[in-house]
Amino acid sequence: MCSQYNDNSYVEPIVGRYVHVELGGRNNRIYFEENEGADRNGIPLVCLHTAGSDGQQFRHLMTDSEVTDNFRVIAFDLPWHGKSLPPVGYHDEEYRLTTESYVEIVIKFCQSLGLDRPVVMGCSMGGRLVLELALKHPSVLRAVIGLEASDYQEAWYDTDWLHRPDVHGGEVCAALISGLIAPQSPEEFRWETLWGYLSSGPGIFKGDLYFYRQDSDYRDRSPKIDTSVCPMYLLTGEYDFSCTPKDTIRTGHSIVGSEVTIMEKLGHFPMSENPNLFRTYLLPVLKKIRAAA
Amino acid sequence: MHEIITRSIDALPYLVNSDHRLVRRGRFFDKTFLLQVDAIDHYVTVDHGRIEAIFSGKELLRPWSFAIKGSEQAWRRHWEPHPKPGWHDIFAMAKSGQASIDGELQPLMANLRFIKDVLAKPRILQLER
Repeated sequence: MCSQYNDNSYVEPIVGRYVHVELGGRNNRIYFEENEGADRNGIPLVCLHTAGSDGQQFRHLMTDSEVTDNFRVIAFDLPWHGKSLPPVGYHDEEYRLTTESYVEIVIKFCQSLGLDRPVVMGCSMGGRLVLELALKHPSVLRAVIGLEASDYQEAWYDTDWLHRPDVHGGEVCAALISGLIAPQSPEEFRWETLWGYLSSGPGIFKGDLYFYRQDSDYRDRSPKIDTSVCPMYLLTGEYDFSCTPKDTIRTGHSIVGSEVTIMEKLGHFPMSENPNLFRTYLLPVLKKIRAAA
Repeated sequence: MHEIITRSIDALPYLVNSDHRLVRRGRFFDKTFLLQVDAIDHYVTVDHGRIEAIFSGKELLRPWSFAIKGSEQAWRRHWEPHPKPGWHDIFAMAKSGQASIDGELQPLMANLRFIKDVLAKPRILQLER
């Protein structure tokens, strides 16, 4: 429910704050949002955005009372993304996300907010990371949800196009990923999803893809994940030709106890490209997690 | 050639040129690109976002900047009003081997949104039916 001021204006029940976290020995100012008045006893649901975008992708979940009645929905912008600043000295380095740095960010972020056994839900590269989190940190997690997730993906294009002076980075990133959105997704949400890419910093999508394509081949270790300690749910849109349904199904087969759902009429950004359809797939998963809790 | 393909190629200049927002998006694009359907070549010449001409047929040494090639089936499926997964995007088709993208890639990548939208335009023809 939104507070009404007049017929046309209202304040969304979402609040944003900054937390300072030391990562790799450097201070990072990280922006996060959560549903207003979040019940601190609600199950924390930490959301990890896709490569090259930011946490706004999850805004719809924060205003969905069927979610927020039982979950504290939290989405943060990775350093260098959205409203999280890059660390001091960024201008002298090339941004590259790695498995090690990504795990550190998520774990320290959760610790800094004092979250008790959160559910971590990540999309795309965030979906890849939840596999590593489930393997390395299962006891501190309640469950993981991988959206558009797989334990490996073959590189399928030259990422040098994403950051060079004769091609606008934001425009080309958005144009490239536009095809990953299902044709049926509403125009409003399609373009909102693209805005995350149109407005991203130079070289950031490319730097994220370093993690996704060069530093996260988990095929040898995903079979070691124990879903009896950390339940795992994998949901992939049928229109995703980056992380294909086939990639997710193969990954699911290698992880005993994981549950795979292929989502019809959805693509690579289910939570932002068609939030109303996505919730029909997510709510049953959240219900199962609640039941287990 | 299938009627849908012929109609789509024939209608492309009108579909693009009558969409002022699309023309504006392509205002920095002045190139001829090759749209190949099976073995049939279609040279699409664009001037400041407007399609000036489409020459269809073989002509030895006719220059083009980049080429997007696919089978008749690939383009027919791409031009369905709501294409099925894998046929809905030129990169999806290229990744699965149903299309190929060759040539001078910088003009394509610098104007990718425009080119994708131009190539998706014929979808509207079947919606109107």
